Amino acid sequence: MITRRKLLQSTAASGVALAAGGLAAPAIAQGAKIRIGYVTPQSGPLAAFAEADQFILDGFAGTEAGANFEVIVKDSQSNPNRAAEVAQELIVDDEIDLMLVASTPETTNPVTTTCENEEIPCISTVAPWQPWFIGQQGNPGDPASWQPFNYAYHFFWGLEDVIAVFTNMWAQLDTNKSVGGLFPNDGDGNAWGDPNVGFPPVLDAQGYTLTDPGRYQNLTDDFSAQINAFKSASVEIVTGVVIPPDFTTFWTQAKQQGFTPKAASIGKAILFPQAVEALGDTGHNLSSEVWWSPTHPFSSSLNGMSAGDLAAGFTTATGRSWTQPIGFVHALFEVAADAMGRVSDSSDPDEVSEAIAATNLNTIVGPLAWNGAGLPPFAAKNVAKTPLVGGQWRLKDGGGYDLVIVDNQTAPDVPTGGVMEPIT
Amino acid sequence: MIWIDTIIQGILLGGLYALFAAGLSLVFGIMRLVNLAHGDLIILGAYIILISVTVLGLNPFFAILIAAPLMFALGWALQKLVLNRTLGEDILPPLLVTFGLSVVIQNGLLEGFSADSQRISAGALETASISVGPISMGVLPLLTFGSAILVIVVLNHIFYRTAIGRAFRATSDDAVTASLMGIKPERVFATATGLAMVVAAIAALYLGVRANFDPSIGPARLIYAFEAVIIGGLGSLWGTLLGGVIIGVAQTVGAAINPEWQILAGHVAFLVVLLIRPRGLFPRGN
Repeated sequence: MITRRKLLQSTAASGVALAAGGLAAPAIAQGAKIRIGYVTPQSGPLAAFAEADQFILDGFAGTEAGANFEVIVKDSQSNPNRAAEVAQELIVDDEIDLMLVASTPETTNPVTTTCENEEIPCISTVAPWQPWFIGQQGNPGDPASWQPFNYAYHFFWGLEDVIAVFTNMWAQLDTNKSVGGLFPNDGDGNAWGDPNVGFPPVLDAQGYTLTDPGRYQNLTDDFSAQINAFKSASVEIVTGVVIPPDFTTFWTQAKQQGFTPKAASIGKAILFPQAVEALGDTGHNLSSEVWWSPTHPFSSSLNGMSAGDLAAGFTTATGRSWTQPIGFVHALFEVAADAMGRVSDSSDPDEVSEAIAATNLNTIVGPLAWNGAGLPPFAAKNVAKTPLVGGQWRLKDGGGYDLVIVDNQTAPDVPTGGVMEPIT
Repeated sequence: MIWIDTIIQGILLGGLYALFAAGLSLVFGIMRLVNLAHGDLIILGAYIILISVTVLGLNPFFAILIAAPLMFALGWALQKLVLNRTLGEDILPPLLVTFGLSVVIQNGLLEGFSADSQRISAGALETASISVGPISMGVLPLLTFGSAILVIVVLNHIFYRTAIGRAFRATSDDAVTASLMGIKPERVFATATGLAMVVAAIAALYLGVRANFDPSIGPARLIYAFEAVIIGGLGSLWGTLLGGVIIGVAQTVGAAINPEWQILAGHVAFLVVLLIRPRGLFPRGN
């Protein structure tokens, strides 16, 4: 049984929680467990994002705050329709008080939309905020029609951050500023290549020339068209948001065709160490955005673990190397526990929603507050941004790769481990 | 020069599609069985090769010597124990069963190997290339295309020059009469599926060395394999190769115009062939 005193000791990590707890008996103290629904892609093509779920859930259940929660996990099977269906089940059959959802717009968007319709508070993460926010609008093409959400809260970085990180990394190298774009015909590719909000206007402003051959379909087996276009434009920097099998096809074919750019900064494809290892020795010095790493100087509000401790714990528990989503899934539960610690009635969606909006918490992915910092006004209510830096994969002596942070101009708190090196 | 390069890359890509399609073509030609799990069986083959490479430290091209007999046995047992029971007048049961099989294989692999992207490592060969004038051709795509030709030569030899090939053709023409002559259709079918799985193992090798694979990636390329079979004409193995090349070239030429058209161009080429020659380029018999 959790006493009020014990609760205050364990969950009141922030002063806000203390104050709120003093005014009203927090929901956590009222005996019955708070039901949380968690939708995650445990099977299918996105399953790598969810590989740390069990580890995080076990860790959460082991904390004092976690003992107050019953977490009901549903697999989206990497399918947006399925994600909406299980979200509905969680709301109607399991009568959850709060929804958590993570990993790519294919999972976050259908679940968030369902929650918004059913008026259930929802916290989501691991999807750049533009596809999450704009992707759920009735008319994504008309900014004037965009509406904020009443019950949906998201924390992650946005396209503007990844563009800044990539251009900062390239500025460290001596190049001819000719950039080749690999943008697929999917949500991410269209956003990255968008002439208004994507890479083209920023690159233009900074004096880069962009060669964008056009949107290709995912799971393409041949990239000779792109390689020929890049070669004839003397491209020295390649960027894009590519799925892992396509990047391997592209990179292998580029090598076969004698095309080696000085920098290749790729989103998505080289997120997971296994995907980089699949490139053999040719993955050396590929660069990508880094949202979380064991060297990030943050720690958990639930159990005080540092980012390094959490990553090491995952490796000990599973024998696998750390991946970036681990920190964010953990942070999802931090936010849930913190917000629920500040409400008197966990089944009141409006009160819970207000509590989430009032969050001011130092989590394992950095400080989180839905205060609109760094965001346009339309997204200020629903989105909180987390820091983003740039990293390069470096071949280790005994095989395998290390992710080394090489640029932190966008988040100086995060220490760098080296400087940007050109691909040879 | 870029156009010549585009077409050569397309032809080489066609070799990969032909390898995917050859096993399908064989099974369909002999027993009119549409195997929707073919793509997943190729991925299964890729994992068998991957295990041989990582655990036994073999060169992937030797690992095929382990994977091929295993896949043959698997195909044989699959046909004998499962698929033979579904064959009959109705074409729906084999479709449903192979569809179910596809789901089972995908999730079995996910359970066993996790969702990680894997790749069969072939060392320096992966990025090696041969230059002919200004054109560079990857060694691996060349090997893929060469293997596709070899597979089709060998299959044709088996089909038209051996006793088992006669049994294949006889059963395919008229299973009842063939069984009067002492041929057991179930065993012929089992052997044919086994053979198709050997071809799948070869396709798996080149797919796995060319790019990453994960348990869910099988069905994506199945559509090209089906198209190659149909363009070529049902039952014609050389037609299947040509079908693969047509799709490959259509894709690279489409992509050279605009990458948006890459996949679409392959499908359009397929529809155009169907419009002009509804039974494919080289239809066999009736």
